Amino acid sequence: MGDPLFWHRLQFAFTIIYHYLFPQLTMGLALLIVVMKWRALKTGDDTWAKAARFWVRIFGLNFAVGVVTGIPMEFQFGTNWARFSQLTGGIIGQTLALEGLFAFFLESSFLAMLVWGEKKLGPRKHFAAAVALLVGSWLSGVFIIITNAFMQHPVGYTRDADGVFSLTSVSEYLFNPWAFAQYAHNQMASLVTASFVVTAVGAFWFLRGTYLEQARLNLKVGTTAGFIASALVAFPTGDMQAKLVAKHQPAALAAMEGRFESGPRATIHLIGQPNVAERKLDNPIGVPAVLSILAFGDIGANVTGLNDIPQSEWPTNIELLYYSFHVMVGLGTLFIGLMAIAVLFRWKGWLEQQRWLLWALMLAAPFPYIANTAGWMTAELGRQPWLVYGVLRTAEGASPTVHAGSAAFTLIGFTGLYAVLGFVYLVLVGRELLHGPEGEAHHA
Amino acid sequence: MPELWFWLVGLMFTAWAVLDGFDFGVGILHRVVARTDEERRQVIGAIGPVWDGNEVWLVAAGGSTLLAFPKLLAAGFSGLYLPVIFAVWALMLRGASIELRSHLGSPLWRAFFDNAFFLGSLLVPLLMGVALGNVLRGVPLTAAGYFELPLFGSWTPDGELGALDWYTLLCGLFVTMALTAHGSTWLALKTDGVVQAKAVALQPKLFIATGVLWALGGAATFIVAPPSLGVGFWVGIALSVGGAAVVLTRRRHELQAFLGSCVFVAGQLVTALGGMFPVVLRARPTPELSLTATNAASRGAGIDGALIWWVPGVLLAAGYLWWVLRHFRGRVA
Repeated sequence: MGDPLFWHRLQFAFTIIYHYLFPQLTMGLALLIVVMKWRALKTGDDTWAKAARFWVRIFGLNFAVGVVTGIPMEFQFGTNWARFSQLTGGIIGQTLALEGLFAFFLESSFLAMLVWGEKKLGPRKHFAAAVALLVGSWLSGVFIIITNAFMQHPVGYTRDADGVFSLTSVSEYLFNPWAFAQYAHNQMASLVTASFVVTAVGAFWFLRGTYLEQARLNLKVGTTAGFIASALVAFPTGDMQAKLVAKHQPAALAAMEGRFESGPRATIHLIGQPNVAERKLDNPIGVPAVLSILAFGDIGANVTGLNDIPQSEWPTNIELLYYSFHVMVGLGTLFIGLMAIAVLFRWKGWLEQQRWLLWALMLAAPFPYIANTAGWMTAELGRQPWLVYGVLRTAEGASPTVHAGSAAFTLIGFTGLYAVLGFVYLVLVGRELLHGPEGEAHHA
Repeated sequence: MPELWFWLVGLMFTAWAVLDGFDFGVGILHRVVARTDEERRQVIGAIGPVWDGNEVWLVAAGGSTLLAFPKLLAAGFSGLYLPVIFAVWALMLRGASIELRSHLGSPLWRAFFDNAFFLGSLLVPLLMGVALGNVLRGVPLTAAGYFELPLFGSWTPDGELGALDWYTLLCGLFVTMALTAHGSTWLALKTDGVVQAKAVALQPKLFIATGVLWALGGAATFIVAPPSLGVGFWVGIALSVGGAAVVLTRRRHELQAFLGSCVFVAGQLVTALGGMFPVVLRARPTPELSLTATNAASRGAGIDGALIWWVPGVLLAAGYLWWVLRHFRGRVA
């Protein structure tokens, strides 16, 4: 703990995980709001317009906290990861500047119009403002994922004698195959969060017996989008991502699965506790051969174990990586099952009688947040011990002049600030939920 | 090419100072010019639709600095670690206050966020001015391109350097005062009634204080770290003097006064940039270790092709601003 690297990593992990709780709802919800407003325009049915209005209010709150918690992210590249910035700024600065110019200006200019301007703009222009927020928030994701994809799978670059990175091909950098799979997977996961939240609010109102018409509409939109998104997260996007990890980050795959021995017909483990000291998985329950098929599409494919990888290249926290991956995959599988049942029951007209299912849908809302977080932890812990995979070690990227005491101090400050923000956010969102879709809860 | 990027990145920081600058000034003034809840909502309404977009200039400028001058961002942010993180906290507090304040009617809730808004708006320009002071004065850069500074330095002219010392604090006070005055011209333009009258009544004091601090800060700069007197410096001085003259003589024409104030703030930034050029971070006491536009520049296809998207990106941002201002024209009652 006297090592500054520990504090730099913990602070970045904490601030980025906390921040991403907000954009993951923003991006998915922007899409659902556009769908609702589009239906309202097409059908002229006020039910859709009212639903969109409610979700725009939640969106505004969520967006505000997303903006506020996003402020530290870019700064920390310079404050805590100065060596990384100095070495790769010419590359990652490209996408971070692009994000500012093409995503943030668009979002910030149209947010006020979306949240406050419905009467002033009229239905068509207001719909356009919703589309602007959708485009802006999804573009922001594009640039961040391209930046991360370079760290996961560097392409199109060269290094000079001092180790400074520079691009040889901008298009190779922007069209990194890793970024494509990661973006598709991430955006579908964001849509899972948004559709589970919309579903849960519908279920909540229905169970309370309030705003039944709006509750039904939210259940319809939420379960339909939720089923599609849950399925797409797993296949093809998750599958694409897994195959890239298997091909380019064998150490990450081995650690995700707690796999020490190499060999073909590799078992996928559903349950088990990695025992790194003895290099084995304790109490394993698994299905033979499935890992070989999932990772390489070939039952005979060899899946390398950690024993055949130098220990200096092992991920630094194998236990946490293993559980992150298993939590993500386990929850993702449950999501498909839950949403499949919900869609089936709704189609048959049974959903409203099945209070247990409504309860399950209501209580499911936090879990996509956990799954999204676990997914990103899998990506980022799997990348260790590298900052830029295979090229630059994490220890080489931290600021040389910032001591553990300074970083610990600011982490404590961030923790306090985020506790207050989280409390305020929950109070305000809770108020909107209780107040429901009729009129505004503001300015009371 | 690196010289061009010096001015392009400088332009983005200038846009941030001019645009977000009046937001800060409004935040500093709001507790004085607005007493009732109605008046405070009027003040927040006067920056509500624009403040977030204005702040994006900082994010875009930061990203562009990372792209064009990675060594500057790395050395500057890590060397000034605590002041930069404090500025981040102030920016967060401020953003949250503007956006969340009016969601609850409780006077206690609103009082809390009003104070947070004031504090955040005060601290950001103060700390950014301090950071600018450090860049102008010079920092103890090593051959590795990094530096360490204690948070507090000496309060006498020839003592130990600190991130916060007499000179950098003087810079911080000048920036804060200049932006407070700048904010008063925006309030005069965008509000009416009591709020506007109070903002206008404060202007003589704010302008005099800004002028005094400008003279003090300028004189101190010539003693501490004499600027290079190139074209950029004189253009900056000309803009500052011209802008100040418009503000003082056209005070009753709110739009002209505000635009004059914008030119004054921009002139200050151009003066600082011109006085530094081509240095981006001055080394002290070893000027040969200074980071310059050339030796801090990044290389490769990334920066070479960046103008292709930078120019349309900035034009697009200006277009959005124009669109928002058009929809937001007139006074906030």
